[in-house]
Amino acid sequence: MSWGALYAQLGGVNKHSTSLGKIWLSVLFIFRVTILVLAAESVWGDEQSDFTCNTQQPGCKNVCYDHFFPVSHIRLWCLQLIFVSTPALLVAMHVAYRKRGDKRSMLASRGAERTPPAELETLKRRRLPIAGPLWWTYTCSLFFRLLFEGGFMYALYFVYDGFRMPRLVKCEQWPCPNKVDCFISRPTEKTVFTIFMVASSAACMVLNVAELCYLIAKALTRCLARSGDGRRRYGHADGVMADDALLQNKKNEMLLSSSTDSSSNKTMC
Amino acid sequence: MSWPALYAQLAGANRHSTSLGKVWLSVLFIFRVMVLVVAAESVWGDEQSDFTCNTLQPGCENVCYDQFFPVSHIRLWCLQLVFVSTPTLLVATHVAYQNRKDKRRLLQASCRAGFLSSKGPDEELEALKKRRLPISGALWWTYACSLLFRLLFEGGFMYALYVVYDGFQMPRLVQCDQWPCPNLVDCFISRPTEKTVFTVFMATASSICMVLNMAELAYLVAKAVTRALSVRKEKKQKRRNQKLPVST
Repeated sequence: MSWGALYAQLGGVNKHSTSLGKIWLSVLFIFRVTILVLAAESVWGDEQSDFTCNTQQPGCKNVCYDHFFPVSHIRLWCLQLIFVSTPALLVAMHVAYRKRGDKRSMLASRGAERTPPAELETLKRRRLPIAGPLWWTYTCSLFFRLLFEGGFMYALYFVYDGFRMPRLVKCEQWPCPNKVDCFISRPTEKTVFTIFMVASSAACMVLNVAELCYLIAKALTRCLARSGDGRRRYGHADGVMADDALLQNKKNEMLLSSSTDSSSNKTMC
Repeated sequence: MSWPALYAQLAGANRHSTSLGKVWLSVLFIFRVMVLVVAAESVWGDEQSDFTCNTLQPGCENVCYDQFFPVSHIRLWCLQLVFVSTPTLLVATHVAYQNRKDKRRLLQASCRAGFLSSKGPDEELEALKKRRLPISGALWWTYACSLLFRLLFEGGFMYALYVVYDGFQMPRLVQCDQWPCPNLVDCFISRPTEKTVFTVFMATASSICMVLNMAELAYLVAKAVTRALSVRKEKKQKRRNQKLPVST
């Protein structure tokens, strides 16, 4: 299991995302995962072997390294990318659950014999609109993404006291005999990549916030449009003539007396 | 054979799992296998080369490392993940056996009928292969057994890790007096804090998987009990209907 397999999983979910969601996935995999794998891992590759302390005391270097680097940047970023990618799988599970329900109801209403496999294929491949319960699942997944992004960025800032890597750290942990100077390997390059990864993380957060706003705006306009339609229909009630009402009643009776296939559509408002 | 190949095997068996089983598989491969491969392996990569002892005595470092790390965490986790994944293959084997039996029956029936059905035998065989078997009867028992084995392996390996390393925390310093070390020697472990963080993470993910397995087992048992009760109710109703006198 590697980044490629994770991309394959998320690529499938992407079909049901908004355009902003698709851009977010590209930014995530191109500017973060690829840079991590191709560049950042080699910058941090010699972080412990080239961490040098001004002492011959055995064990002092190990202990000082452990004190100043409790969790490496690379591991924090790996965990951040994994956690940030997983809320999309909530949406995938919801979509799979919906499609299974729709397939069952289609087979139940028509029977397995009368349902052509081509129709089942189209049911499988169609893109579900982000409305109703799926809207809530999608919004939750966006919240979790923002939470994880912010959480890990804060953790990195907190553990390393900022995003800058110093050249020198002073260590007086046992068994170091006194205050010892320790020199970090490639501090400038590490600072550059840290800022780059933080900037991409911030860009991803901005995209998530924009997507959230877009979904909320879409839901509001949909609600307003529906309530507007409803009001227009009820608004003519005063002007409806008595014989029109009678005609409508007769039509309703005819509809009720004939048997029809009904499929219910759930809407948000 | 590698992790993606194992995933491909399990994904095929996953089709016959419950929803909880599908969630379990995702948690297993994303939060455990993937974290192991992309992060944990590099943390433990220099565990022996950067294990430093306060002595120049040749062989002392090797011997002390061997004493304190009889089996590396990474290897224990690899074994745990492989063992925990394999009971699912019991279910896959049972499904394959069931499909083969049904295929034989179908071929025999179509031979006798002389291909009179509207669908050709190939289409029916394809449909047989693609269908999802309900988890009841013998398959229920196989599935429940596979869940019990999963729980057993998870718990067993977690206990083994706890016993071998005396907890989930990695100390910075260990004191070693194995021969050929001249006296009690201080040895320093590489990246102990990062190792502790990942050990706790993997133990947590393993516990979550155990909780999911127990929930799935409880769900299966509840489903079987409700099915048994409804069957009993139907039988009682049938008996009652037969006893009622028929009015003319």
